[in-house]
Amino acid sequence: MKGSDFVIRKGTWVKIEQQVLDNTQRAPQLPDDTKKVPFIMWTKGFLVEDAEMKGDATVETLTGRQVSGTLMEVEPSYEHDYGSYIPELIRIGKDLRKELWGGDING
Amino acid sequence: MAKDFSYEAVMSRRPEIMKASVGIDYSLFEQDGIGFDYERMMKETGYTLAEMQEIQGQTGVGNTPLFEMHNLTALARKYAPKGKGARIFIKDEAGNPSGSFKARRAANAVYHAKKLGYKGVIAATSGNYGAAVASQAAMHGLKCIIVQECYDSHYVGQPEIIEKARKCEAYGAEVVQTSVGPELFYIFLKLLEETGYFNASLYTPFGIAGVETLGYEIAMQFREREGKDPDVVVCTNAGGGNLTGTARGLIKAGAVETQVVAASVDLTGLHMASDTDFNRKSFTTGHTGFGMPFATNPDRSDVPRSAARSLRYMDRYVLVNQGEVFYMTEALAQLQGLERGPAGNTALAAAFALAQEMDENQIILVQETEYTGAGKHIQAQLTFARENGIDIFFGNPEDEVKGKNIILPEHPSMMKARDVDMNKLRASYIKNIAAKAEDKVLLEEDIIFLVQETKSTEEFVLAEVKSLGYQVR
Repeated sequence: MKGSDFVIRKGTWVKIEQQVLDNTQRAPQLPDDTKKVPFIMWTKGFLVEDAEMKGDATVETLTGRQVSGTLMEVEPSYEHDYGSYIPELIRIGKDLRKELWGGDING
Repeated sequence: MAKDFSYEAVMSRRPEIMKASVGIDYSLFEQDGIGFDYERMMKETGYTLAEMQEIQGQTGVGNTPLFEMHNLTALARKYAPKGKGARIFIKDEAGNPSGSFKARRAANAVYHAKKLGYKGVIAATSGNYGAAVASQAAMHGLKCIIVQECYDSHYVGQPEIIEKARKCEAYGAEVVQTSVGPELFYIFLKLLEETGYFNASLYTPFGIAGVETLGYEIAMQFREREGKDPDVVVCTNAGGGNLTGTARGLIKAGAVETQVVAASVDLTGLHMASDTDFNRKSFTTGHTGFGMPFATNPDRSDVPRSAARSLRYMDRYVLVNQGEVFYMTEALAQLQGLERGPAGNTALAAAFALAQEMDENQIILVQETEYTGAGKHIQAQLTFARENGIDIFFGNPEDEVKGKNIILPEHPSMMKARDVDMNKLRASYIKNIAAKAEDKVLLEEDIIFLVQETKSTEEFVLAEVKSLGYQVR
């Protein structure tokens, strides 16, 4: 597979997933819905060897630990945002200004 | 031979891992029976107020400004009886280096780790504390790992927690994330053992003592500005450390008349360890899922004896609903020009209602704010709620069904702070703690301990333990 597009090169910053406990090993006090699913851990680091997406991979983390799991994301980034338009928020602003200052200011 | 890092093996080594990673021998403070010497623990393992101010000052923590909420006060007075409507203030803790009061806890913990010669620090937290530890570790040149519960089993992450992960990484920390479940504690212990780093627990004496500067500053700032202490201080309550540290600081300043009120978002009915409920909560902290269990059983934390013992200091505990906190977050932006929160505005929502019970010349303080940002924002949280099938509409917040809807108050006069029965809380604490007694026998010093722990009376404790079938020797 060397040279293939599917190979992620050693040294690439990636996120791996590791199943820590399967659903038979989970803590006894858990609610039923959680007991049905495995306990999973996600770690980021630099690939120690070339690896394939969804394949086994070992990373070196920022503190120098080596962790193994399944390669799930290459060069992970953040995409969380300020959400969508929430009409209720504009109404709150208008209501409050009217309540405090009457109808004339931004009413 | 390689060490056994299986779940059972690591969990069974918990006491020794804890001892090595916190540097405190908690057994020194244990008493005969069920109690321990809390004040001695705080004195012998913590720092003095002057030392803490020095430590925090070196990293730019503390001395945050007080703001008077003139417009929110005017609004509250519209709905209060004549002569009622206390002046509402906030202490803008978002001004701390990592954007929340947690910097105070982290400053002491990380300083202590460095002093003891640890190479790094680890904290298990999905909250602002992670960023606080990461920020302090950056300043002290220590390595840092933050372990956070972030995603459900479908890899859907809570936006607020994702933002906190980003912030930790911005300060150079390693972030280890898990799906929902208390087994996170196993990962945490394993990491402590593997790295030999310091356990920067939220609940150590130095962490809690770090918040004492907040209480002390409050008294000093009000005396300088208003010539008196605030009448009421409202603390958003989860694990109890915020309230405990603030109250201890107020007492150290001699502000013994100030009433300390806890406020939590009511999430009753949502299970904290449920994979499906995880993303049906629009608050990841400051809610009853932490507030109630930690108040009534503080030693459930990640250290043998928690230094956060909120019932010792709590005069009153009130609950607000999610819709009310979101409403207040918008009010803070629209009427006071301050974008903060949302979770940190729990106490503000409560204060808006509580102010209406108090006289006009009285002062009520909300003792913290937190930064806001992508994910960690009212609009992001409400969008996420809608995506998860939660109905959002205007109505009576009283009718809110947790995990099903978020009801924004139809009118600001509908904001309420609902009292928790303090004696029920105390009774629940006594039931939990007395259960540790052998053969259903309690010693006289156990009774004294229970009285101190619940800020109640000997009469109350004796009546409770007798009704539970305990003998007192």
